[in-house]
Amino acid sequence: MERLNPMAVLVRNEPGVLARVAGLLARRGFNIHSLAVGETESPDVSRMSIVVSGDSAVREQAIKQLRRLVDVIRVTDLTGRPHVERGLALIKVAAPSERRSAIIELANIFRAAITHVDQGSMIVEVSGNRNKIEAMIDMMRPFGILEMVRTGQIVMARGQAALRVAGQSVPLAGDEPEPGQDDQTNDNGIQYN
Amino acid sequence: MKNHSQRHHHRAPGPRHSGADAVIASLHAQGVEVIFGMVGGQIMPVYDALHRDGKLRHIIVGHEQGGAHMAEGFARATGKAGVVMTTSGPGATNLVTGLADAMMDSTPVVAITGQVPSHLLGNDAFQEADMRGITMPITKHNYQLTSPDQVASVFAEAFHIAVSGRPGPVLIDLPKDVTVAQTEVASALGPRLAGGRGAVAKGHPMQIERALQLIKNCRQPVILAGGGVIHAEASAELKALAEYLDIPVTSTLMGLGNFPGDHRLSLGMPGMHGTGYANLALYNSDVLICVGCRLDDRVTGQLESFAPQAKLVHIDVDASEISKCLPAAVPIVGDAKPVLAALLTGAQAWESRPDFGAWHKVMATWRQKYPMGYRAKDGVILPQQAVQEISAVMGEEDIVVTGVGQHQMFTAQYYTFRRPRTLITSGGLGTMGFGLPAAIGAKVARPERRVVCIDGDGSFLMNVQELCTAVRYRIPVVVAVLKNCNLGMVRQWQHMFFEQRHSQSDLACPPYDQVAKAFGALGRRVERPEDLSPSLRWAFQAAEAQQLPVVLDIMVDPEEAVLPMVPAGEPNINFIPCRVEER
Repeated sequence: MERLNPMAVLVRNEPGVLARVAGLLARRGFNIHSLAVGETESPDVSRMSIVVSGDSAVREQAIKQLRRLVDVIRVTDLTGRPHVERGLALIKVAAPSERRSAIIELANIFRAAITHVDQGSMIVEVSGNRNKIEAMIDMMRPFGILEMVRTGQIVMARGQAALRVAGQSVPLAGDEPEPGQDDQTNDNGIQYN
Repeated sequence: MKNHSQRHHHRAPGPRHSGADAVIASLHAQGVEVIFGMVGGQIMPVYDALHRDGKLRHIIVGHEQGGAHMAEGFARATGKAGVVMTTSGPGATNLVTGLADAMMDSTPVVAITGQVPSHLLGNDAFQEADMRGITMPITKHNYQLTSPDQVASVFAEAFHIAVSGRPGPVLIDLPKDVTVAQTEVASALGPRLAGGRGAVAKGHPMQIERALQLIKNCRQPVILAGGGVIHAEASAELKALAEYLDIPVTSTLMGLGNFPGDHRLSLGMPGMHGTGYANLALYNSDVLICVGCRLDDRVTGQLESFAPQAKLVHIDVDASEISKCLPAAVPIVGDAKPVLAALLTGAQAWESRPDFGAWHKVMATWRQKYPMGYRAKDGVILPQQAVQEISAVMGEEDIVVTGVGQHQMFTAQYYTFRRPRTLITSGGLGTMGFGLPAAIGAKVARPERRVVCIDGDGSFLMNVQELCTAVRYRIPVVVAVLKNCNLGMVRQWQHMFFEQRHSQSDLACPPYDQVAKAFGALGRRVERPEDLSPSLRWAFQAAEAQQLPVVLDIMVDPEEAVLPMVPAGEPNINFIPCRVEER
């Protein structure tokens, strides 16, 4: 069954690591729905949130291929697990004075912020999961979207479990690696601590 | 599998030396004895350090591609990482084919490339090429250094990555300022690594038990053994398991030699040009034990009809190969050596062994019905005959290297490989021109063994300049060029699938014995079948006696096709059988 598969990936904070991950997924034909990358609490480690669309075989293969990369420390599959997913969108809408209040009203419903307003336009800032952002965009469309920008989704598992480098991590419930695989080292037998 | 060894920093401040000196010191620390390379502008500081050091053997290559294949040949003959060094730009880009080849065939190679100084990076400077970007998809990992302090740790990590787990090529790009600048960091053993080949995955006991249950209760098992068995040095374990359980073994092209080719349980090679009986056995198998083999399209043919009844037990050190092509009933992520040993131990605990006698009887009928063979022709050398003659004069541990094409397949079919690391061939990428330089690399690694390169004339010409290297360094390889004045495999396909339109597949046909002599090598032309055997004996004797490469220009029948053959994309059981002698 085709679905969106969010995964959280810890990588070494090295130059070119984004190109490695994106290049790997692209050349092996995986469909990247979104990809976001940023620093973590540890300066040596970056964290990527990758959403790949495909069935379970595609998801499994994508995870295994990611684990082959030397710069990839850990991959955690969040598909079907309780997790928080957030993205951000800035939507610039045409807003002549007579329509401002309608836009503000909608923004309030979505808990979105008006981050800019001028004579003819407004920038609405909305964050949330994919569905919420898309619903907001749909609501803004009739006003005339002048331009728009979205971030990739960032994802994090709920609960006390934490995705960190080996030695410090608290495994996710049900996050036992496939039998025979070790989640603490990657496929290259490299340990990070 | 977890290795909790601590960091090995070994970073006591030493005397100051240049990044280039650190490169040479790191190569010594890794036990490197020989490097293949070609000097040029941006790598000159490292060559200067090499000169200063004076203790590393360096072999100047004719072309950097040749150097990459030499490093591959060295690696495949030994299991150690082969090292190739070039300058920036074209020197580095010439490595691309060799690195892609090493990636596909899991060959440990460390490539060291010069680079323009850091302040010029991204400026399209003279001889600048983005080697990190270019080689990202064709290396296991790559680096570009920014400080001489990184040299020691990066080299240690690079060699570890090249040989550990599933081996592969690693590239280290060295901007000139990094090699010129001074550092106090001495050589390191591996600051960020679990260390050495210590971290070997043994396979999950539960999965091994599940595999044993399948094997115990099956009737028609087959072991499909690939190059991973050779990388893991697991041939003895494979033989012990197959013999104990009486299970037939088919070895892929990359796996040839992992199991004795003349063993009663050997089915030969499977796949497109495999034996009919191997393909039939795979098709009819109910349990398929695939070890160190990635089930590529040349092995499986049409996937759905490869082994349709079989439950697949897939053993591989690279988890991503499991269930990549075919879903595995039992996935075993692990090194072939401990996993095969564990399977044997498990089977030895059984009260009784399964009886596969009926299965062997069926396979015997296939062997009889579809034997390997050809029809000899009077006065003409057939390529198969040439390979058999070579096989007859070679010792068990001697090494065969090939190019790519018909001669390669004839070698796979008609040479009897008995020991691992005795066949060095380009399997995944199919690189014509691989043979001669890889043979040189193998001979450098194993001077005590005979090394023959069985080549085609098309392949031989693609890196013929390395004859110069072999003459200069007195590397006595024997090259047997099976000359048909065609791109034989292309011609065969044109004959069979393109209504005999032989588009651009004929070759100019210079006398290769004369070419050899011009380079200062020895050469002989061989035209008649009765001359084959004496010429081969002369070639090996003369090569060793004079410490020179020998080229045999062997005229073979251009009409001979590689059979059996499975037309591309068809089920393997639709093979076209050999046309054998009337009996």
